[in-house]
Amino acid sequence: MEYVVIAYLFLSILLYVVLGGADFGAGIIELFTSEKNKDRTRETLYRAIGPIWEANHMWLIITIVILFVAYPLIYAEMSVYLHIPLIIMLIGIIARGTAFVFRNYDAVKDDMQHIYNRIYFTSSFITPLFLGIVAGSVVSGHIDHAAATFVDVYIFSWLNWFSVGVGFFVVALCGFLASVYLIGETDNPDDRKRFINKARHMNIAAVLSGMYVFITAWIDDIPLANWIFGTTIGLIAVIAAGISLVILWILIYSGNAIIIRLLAGFQVTMILLALGYAHFPDFIVVKNGTNLTLMDHRATLQTINALGWALLTGTVFIIPALFYLYYKFKHKEYPHD
Amino acid sequence: MNDFLAARSQMALSLGFHIIYACIGMVMPFFMAIAHYKWLRTNNIVYRNITKAWSKGVAIFFATGAVSGTVLSFELGLLWPGFMKHAGPIFGMPFSLEGTAFFIEAIALGFFLYGWDKLNKWFHWFTGIVVGVSGLASGILVVSANAWMNSPAGFEYVNGEYINIDPISAMFNGAWFSQALHMTLAAFAATGFAVAGVHALMILRKKNEVFHAKAFRIAIVFGAIAALLQPVSGDISAKDVTKRQPAKLAAMEALFKTETAAPLIIGGIPDEETQTVKYKIELPGMLSFLAHGDFTHEVTGLDKIPKENHPPVMVTHFAFQIMVGIGSFLVLLALIYFISLKKKSWYNRKWFLRLFVVAIPLGFIAVEAGWVVTEVGRQPWIIYNVLRTADAVTPMPGIVYSFYMFTVIYLSLTAVVIYLLRRQIQMVPVLYDKKDSTQPAVN
Repeated sequence: MEYVVIAYLFLSILLYVVLGGADFGAGIIELFTSEKNKDRTRETLYRAIGPIWEANHMWLIITIVILFVAYPLIYAEMSVYLHIPLIIMLIGIIARGTAFVFRNYDAVKDDMQHIYNRIYFTSSFITPLFLGIVAGSVVSGHIDHAAATFVDVYIFSWLNWFSVGVGFFVVALCGFLASVYLIGETDNPDDRKRFINKARHMNIAAVLSGMYVFITAWIDDIPLANWIFGTTIGLIAVIAAGISLVILWILIYSGNAIIIRLLAGFQVTMILLALGYAHFPDFIVVKNGTNLTLMDHRATLQTINALGWALLTGTVFIIPALFYLYYKFKHKEYPHD
Repeated sequence: MNDFLAARSQMALSLGFHIIYACIGMVMPFFMAIAHYKWLRTNNIVYRNITKAWSKGVAIFFATGAVSGTVLSFELGLLWPGFMKHAGPIFGMPFSLEGTAFFIEAIALGFFLYGWDKLNKWFHWFTGIVVGVSGLASGILVVSANAWMNSPAGFEYVNGEYINIDPISAMFNGAWFSQALHMTLAAFAATGFAVAGVHALMILRKKNEVFHAKAFRIAIVFGAIAALLQPVSGDISAKDVTKRQPAKLAAMEALFKTETAAPLIIGGIPDEETQTVKYKIELPGMLSFLAHGDFTHEVTGLDKIPKENHPPVMVTHFAFQIMVGIGSFLVLLALIYFISLKKKSWYNRKWFLRLFVVAIPLGFIAVEAGWVVTEVGRQPWIIYNVLRTADAVTPMPGIVYSFYMFTVIYLSLTAVVIYLLRRQIQMVPVLYDKKDSTQPAVN
């Protein structure tokens, strides 16, 4: 059962990054779309994510519940040392979720729309940025149990070049996922071209920020290269991600929308797999080496078993319903306006 | 304001904000299901319009409730890491099930909101029911986790260690049923009266009277029945609190001295210095009767409880008075409604409609007051008789700024939601007054 729970933890993180990430990415794309095209982008986006966006964000709740039920010490450690970036991320989540619904459910469409839009795309950028910063900080080894001052404990635990780099990498990744997703949501050739362009820009941004992450890791003595290229699985995963990216770019103009989406999702999966595998079972890397691991810092077996069964039972209900939701609302069913 | 008080205030603010959205999100789907059913059965377009109008409200409330709930799941750790690192594995079971229930609710809501004319009409109706049932299940599960803090179970606490953890018996702790029942009824009563009141206001203003009268009648039935049942559930809760948390009961009733034939106090200002209550009305023997079912039974007062374990008396007592006062008023209103079923002329009387307009915020004020009783009445404990709240708070200084920030955020969100609802209601004539059967714009 221990491994069932660990599998669910990684699965829900992965699905949140892919599905929730594509959702954030939609806002990021809107942010980087010129004024004259913003309305069209917004419309495609609403059609694409309206029915499913709430469900996409449930993966974060599943992740956090698994953390605090099964790995309470890890959850508490993150809550204390990464309090500030987590709070900023939460404010982003509030702002984004409410602005998205408000702008669609405001009965009168007037100047308020500008305010909702601004809040929506700003928070779509900030939330994954700080999600990435939190993720980067968890593995960066900057959390220091011996630190004494406020700044050392609560600021420098997350404010460093590496964590911020991971933040920007996650933002670019979200934008990339969303562009690839939206390509399949429109038949209009102009829109398609725009989304393909966006995908290209976001891909370049991801590569650049990825390189930046490697450089800062090297400066900060974080053995990132070793984690990814040092293990067979990591190496295979990175090569697979690279190959699938090439295939994606070959197929992007003509290929089946589902396949290119799956390829993009596959890349993220491979990146997370390489990182997760190299780290396992460590979850939080601490400065003096007293890392918190998924094996040594878990709750008692009674709790793990109960949680495992709850997750397995939940899956039986959730997965068919979720697939039916995605199936029923894929864009082909919509009349074009 | 020190950081400890700030952390408590931020938690109270977040819970107080979330509970309103959670209540509406779990109750409104049932109103919608009735209206939707009537539309499918009678083909009366008004019912479809009511369903659609309500569903927009639900979408707004659900989204706000979902994000504020997400925030809470983080805040448990951000503010109370000392609590969560011990409690998480013990009381986490309802949360893990709630994750599933909430997920299903979100999926079903997607189907319901976007499924008009795309799904089989009865399947579409059914997805609305699923929204309500899974929402209700989420609510009950979360309350069960809170009940565990009042009535810890499923572990042994030995020398500061939490051992022999049994998450299932923690979930079915002694207080879960009475609390879940009380909260569920409260959600139905508060939402029922609030929704009915808004429609009563529109009838008073002579706007779309057919639409609003039908909507009023659906909502009020739920509210009135729940309000009438609530005293029974309140009695179950009172007896449960007496047994399990005598300090909370004593604070609720401002009972400083242990007494036989203890009186029930109505109103009054408790003074913790002098251990007296000024300006009170006493009903002799009633407290003994309500707590133990016997007019002469001894009721434990605060004098039997060590001073360092006293909850704040004034706040708990006032909150309890407000909750019971409003509850009684809503019972009266429920009776008036049921009488009006016989005396149909009342429906057009201004005083009748005005009474329901007055009740718009009352149920929610009672819900908030009830949570103040539960939470403040449990102090100084976060896990009753096991862990003190002060020992669980985050070591991070400066929480006070975080509290100010969340205050601003939640106040502005509340303002925007009220503004949006006003605009939705004002748009009712534009969106739904078309006499022909062309479909009104969904957005």
